[in-house]
Formats: sequence, structure tokens, C-alpha cells
Amino acid sequence: MTIDWVAFSPWTALAGGLLIGLAAAMFILFNGRIAGISGIVGGLLRPQRGDSLWRVLFVAGMLLAPLGWLFFAQLPTIQIDAGYPLLIVAGLIVGISTRYGAGCTSGHGVCGISRLSPRSIVATLAFMGTGFLTVFVVRHLLAG
Amino acid sequence: MKTHFITAFITGLVFGLGLLVSGMANPDKVLSFLDLAGAWDPSLALVMLGAIAVGVVAFTFIRGRSQSLLGEPLRLPTKTSLDSRLIVGSLGFGVGWGLAGFCPGPALVALGAGEAKAAVFVAAMLAGMGLFELLESRKSTSN
Repeated sequence: MTIDWVAFSPWTALAGGLLIGLAAAMFILFNGRIAGISGIVGGLLRPQRGDSLWRVLFVAGMLLAPLGWLFFAQLPTIQIDAGYPLLIVAGLIVGISTRYGAGCTSGHGVCGISRLSPRSIVATLAFMGTGFLTVFVVRHLLAG
Repeated sequence: MKTHFITAFITGLVFGLGLLVSGMANPDKVLSFLDLAGAWDPSLALVMLGAIAVGVVAFTFIRGRSQSLLGEPLRLPTKTSLDSRLIVGSLGFGVGWGLAGFCPGPALVALGAGEAKAAVFVAAMLAGMGLFELLESRKSTSN
């Protein structure tokens, strides 16, 4: 294993992490809910009376974050190397499996681990594991 | 407008800003974190660490309470058993995450930044979630 010290950005990573944690904290403290993005978005596809507006507003906040950022600074780099076919396959897989798995990086990885949920700890280990494995296969076995 | 609608919007905004600051909204950086055998960028481990450090305080504070500070009911997951849906779903999610470097939150933020590729990913993700709903409703009607 070699560490990419040039790319390593501990302070912004930590600062961003604290902000994500703050958002998760605000949501449970004020709204009494888990800030899990796949669940919040997925719930819009199962509309129930009085249950959609807060979801729409949460998603709107996320979508507008880059615009808010632009008031203060240039947007950071967003580099998407995957081509369109791969993005479609990846998106489909992420969509269906986060709903089956009842969560993603935010719901399980941040909120679930924060409340020491055994289900979320197992889920996080599972998706981190296949995440590492998938990149290994794509970058080192297939491309090798 | 009820306060919890405003806090939902602000939470989404703060969450999105956190993803931008941290580098999580950049798939290239996410894939560098997932690439243990390449030039590894450990940054995102610190994102998780920072987020969990704050999260633990909030979830510890709220434990045992019956409602939120705004008087909303607490909706914490009630399931505690490990089932195959959780495990298979999570394993699958990691594959999708590793293929493009996008998970749901960062994809929304990148879409907000005007990235066409993020729009395609989000559209496919919504289709996947819709497919899940379809399969679930079919299962419940056939039972």
C-alpha cells in the first residue's frame, strides 16, 4: 500500500466530516429523523400524505449547496471519469440496493454507526468491503 | 410554515456543503480512497471519523427521549436483526459505489453543481429505487 500524500487532505476531510455530522445531528435533534439520503429520496417514490414536503426540501437543500458555496468560493473539483453506460449501471445498482439494504453511506455509515446500530455496522462493513473489492477488480484486474 | 420544514432544508444544505468541503462530492477522490492497491488517498476515512464524532454526541443526547427538540416524534429504526436483505443490499451498494465513485448524497450535490454525468447517475438511481418499489408492491399484492 502506498499513500498518496499529495492528494491526502486531512483538514478539509475532517472539516467536511464535522459538517456532515452536524447535519446528521440537526436532523435527529430537530426533526427526529435519520439523515439517510437513500431513504429520504426513496420515500418520495412511495408518497404518503404529509410525508413528502420535508423530503423535497431536504433534497432541495442538497441540490442548492453548490450554489450557496459559489457565494463564497469557486466550486471544488468534481471529476467524474466513468462514462455514461457505466454511470447508468452504477446508478441502477445503487438505487435498488440501497433500498434493499435500507441505507447508504449516510444512513448506515454516519447515523447508524453514531448510534452503534449492529445492523448499520454490518451494512457499512459490507458496502465498504465490496467498494474496495470493486475498485480493485476494475483498476487492477480488468485494466491490469 | 412549520419549523421542521425549514430545518429539513437547512439540514440538506449543511449536508451538501459538508460533502463539498470534504471531497466526497468528487468521485475521483472517492475512488482514490477505495483503491487500496493503488495510490491510496485516506482522506475519506477522516470524513467518516469527523461525522461520527459529532453524530455520537447527538444520538447519545437523544437516546431515551420520546420526541425531538421541535416536538416531532422520534423515528429511529426499530429493526435490530440482521437479515439477508440488509446484507445483500449493502454488498450490492458497495459494487455500485465502487463502479462510479458516487453514492446517493454526493450524486445529488454534483447534480446541483450542474454536472451532466451526475444527472444521468441520479436518473438511473431513481429508476433503481422505483424498480424496488415496483417489486415490493408486487410482492405485497401476491401475498
